[in-house]
Amino acid sequence: MTKVQSPRVKLRGIRKCPTGIRGLDEITEGGLPRGRATLVCGGPGCGKTLLATEFIARGILDFGEPGVFVSFEEPIGDLTANVASLGIDLSDLRKRGLLAMDEVRVERSEIEESGEYDLDGLFIRLGGLIDEVKAKRVALDTIDGLFDGLPNEAILRAELRRLFRWLKAKGVTSIVTAEQGDGALTRHGLEEYVSDCVIRLDHRVKSQIATRRLRVVKYRGSQHRTNEYPTMINSKGLSVLPITSLGLSYPVSKARISTGIRKLDSMLGGKGYYLGSSILVSGSAGTGKTSLAAAFADSACRAGRKCLYVSFEESPEQLLRNMASIGFDLKHWIPRALLQFRSQRVTLYGLENHLANLHQWVEEFSPSTVIMDPITSLGGEGLIDEVEAMLTRTIDYLKGRGITAFFTTLSKSAQAEGSEVSISSLIDTWLHLRTFESGGERSRGLVVIKSRGMAHSNQVREFLLTDKGVTLRDPYVGSGQVLMGSSREVQEARDRDGAAEAKQGFEKNQGEMEGARQRLEAEIAAMRLRLKNLGGEMKAADDRERLRATRLSQERRQLRISRKAD
Amino acid sequence: MSAKKEGAPAGRKVSRTHLRGTATRGKRRPRYVLKLYVAGVNRKSTEAIRAITELCDEYLKGRYQLAIIDIYQQPTLAQGEQIIAAPTLIRKLPLPLRMLVGDMTERDRILVGLDLRPPS
Repeated sequence: MTKVQSPRVKLRGIRKCPTGIRGLDEITEGGLPRGRATLVCGGPGCGKTLLATEFIARGILDFGEPGVFVSFEEPIGDLTANVASLGIDLSDLRKRGLLAMDEVRVERSEIEESGEYDLDGLFIRLGGLIDEVKAKRVALDTIDGLFDGLPNEAILRAELRRLFRWLKAKGVTSIVTAEQGDGALTRHGLEEYVSDCVIRLDHRVKSQIATRRLRVVKYRGSQHRTNEYPTMINSKGLSVLPITSLGLSYPVSKARISTGIRKLDSMLGGKGYYLGSSILVSGSAGTGKTSLAAAFADSACRAGRKCLYVSFEESPEQLLRNMASIGFDLKHWIPRALLQFRSQRVTLYGLENHLANLHQWVEEFSPSTVIMDPITSLGGEGLIDEVEAMLTRTIDYLKGRGITAFFTTLSKSAQAEGSEVSISSLIDTWLHLRTFESGGERSRGLVVIKSRGMAHSNQVREFLLTDKGVTLRDPYVGSGQVLMGSSREVQEARDRDGAAEAKQGFEKNQGEMEGARQRLEAEIAAMRLRLKNLGGEMKAADDRERLRATRLSQERRQLRISRKAD
Repeated sequence: MSAKKEGAPAGRKVSRTHLRGTATRGKRRPRYVLKLYVAGVNRKSTEAIRAITELCDEYLKGRYQLAIIDIYQQPTLAQGEQIIAAPTLIRKLPLPLRMLVGDMTERDRILVGLDLRPPS
């Protein structure tokens, strides 16, 4: 009797094959489906070939999985040269027997059809390459080349279906790239065959700014994120920026960091900003936003915390000079690797590139503070939505890393509430700078619009840029109004005069009263004297009277004696 | 490395080189160098081999060289010659290079492809 083994079905999701491409593994939650084919589609110049090449090269370099790359479009030499700029040496990998490459050329002008055929030639070549390096990964770029070369589409379709099945049977993880079609994912409807995972790349231009996007259209048997993600190609290759959801689960710090301005610290509960919070400084032109940023940069460096300063308007040199003029010597932090300046024109790249650059700098420099000055210039006309989305991602990204983020924004209207970029809900501390015009001059005023998690001042302070630094003056709270600049000085002088007058008046009064008091006292003394004198006189009279009576009786006695009267 | 559904029987080789006729230089008519690539033994392969040998004997007698290669046996050749389909007939000479794919059942197309008959 044979024992029937109970089928123990292990419930396990599909295995993943990490691509090593930054961000892509995150949105696919681990990578491409292992042992299956993934279709990558998109228009020309959207990075399909790069994605495929990176998948193979990073597979070899990062995951030790040999690969096969079959090119239907570009000659191998060109491909090798193209990715050399990313620091990937394909010819070296080939020499080390980890990579096999082949170039399939199909020239329609050379090919004539006569009867039935199949693609065994391709299968055999591919099979040979896979066996040669014991490949785990295969890339076919761009499969449309076959359609261009072989006229019989019916045969081709049947053969491609067989090809994908065969690749699956081989157990290799493959990427197949295809051109985008009109209104369809691919020109030749390949998505019908490669149905496990479809990734779409896109390169679009809006308001003269080009952005690359990536979207996982489908992924069988796995969760994946469905949004479009900004993608960029830079010197490190392709990267996908997967931060779109504000996953509100940052580590929160109670530690504080000085704003760099003592008086401002005291406005913010006496200690300054929270570490890891996001700070927005809004204000119209020339209100001192950059100065506040510089003050904070200086303070961060002083605290030994690395600071990345991204400037979209000024060059580092100019910024350093200008900030030195108001007493912030930022230059000496640079050689100590505490401060790093990055200046770039906003118009240089698309928004996503800026974001991606930021990511790269943050990863290279690992700062604890990032200053972006100003974020408003990021948005051209009509791009507010994009800027908002980008900033949301930026804030999310920085917060997620516990980095204190400091942004400045130019507001066109003087009212803080009209801040151009409506990211205020993401901001923890919002300072607003505004100018007050009166008496023929402008004065700067600073107010804390909000500051989460701390008792903060509600006063409008006068904000002074001096050559010894930035300072805030205590608010003038004299006669029921806020005064700044000269009018404040005048009012204060006036107040001083008034006070002196009052004092004088008082002193005068005091003198008079003292005099009166002294006079009164003198009178009292005189009266007392008189009273005393009066007492003395009364006694003397009394004595005299007694003496007289005594003498009278004596005299009578003597008279009697002398008269000898009895 | 069985790409075919049925696969190639291990025992039998198709790879043989036929040298029909001698390399006599035709006075006016050019000499043909042809290579027929097939993938294992199957209907398409045998059909193609039969059709091509017949055609050569009929039109190119004495001035052709035909090599029949099984790409299963020599996969590297498939790479060098840019073979993707099977069967594939390559006309190496006379120039220009020509490539015909299919089981060679459409004789007219072969003749046009090999410049043996002007297109009607």
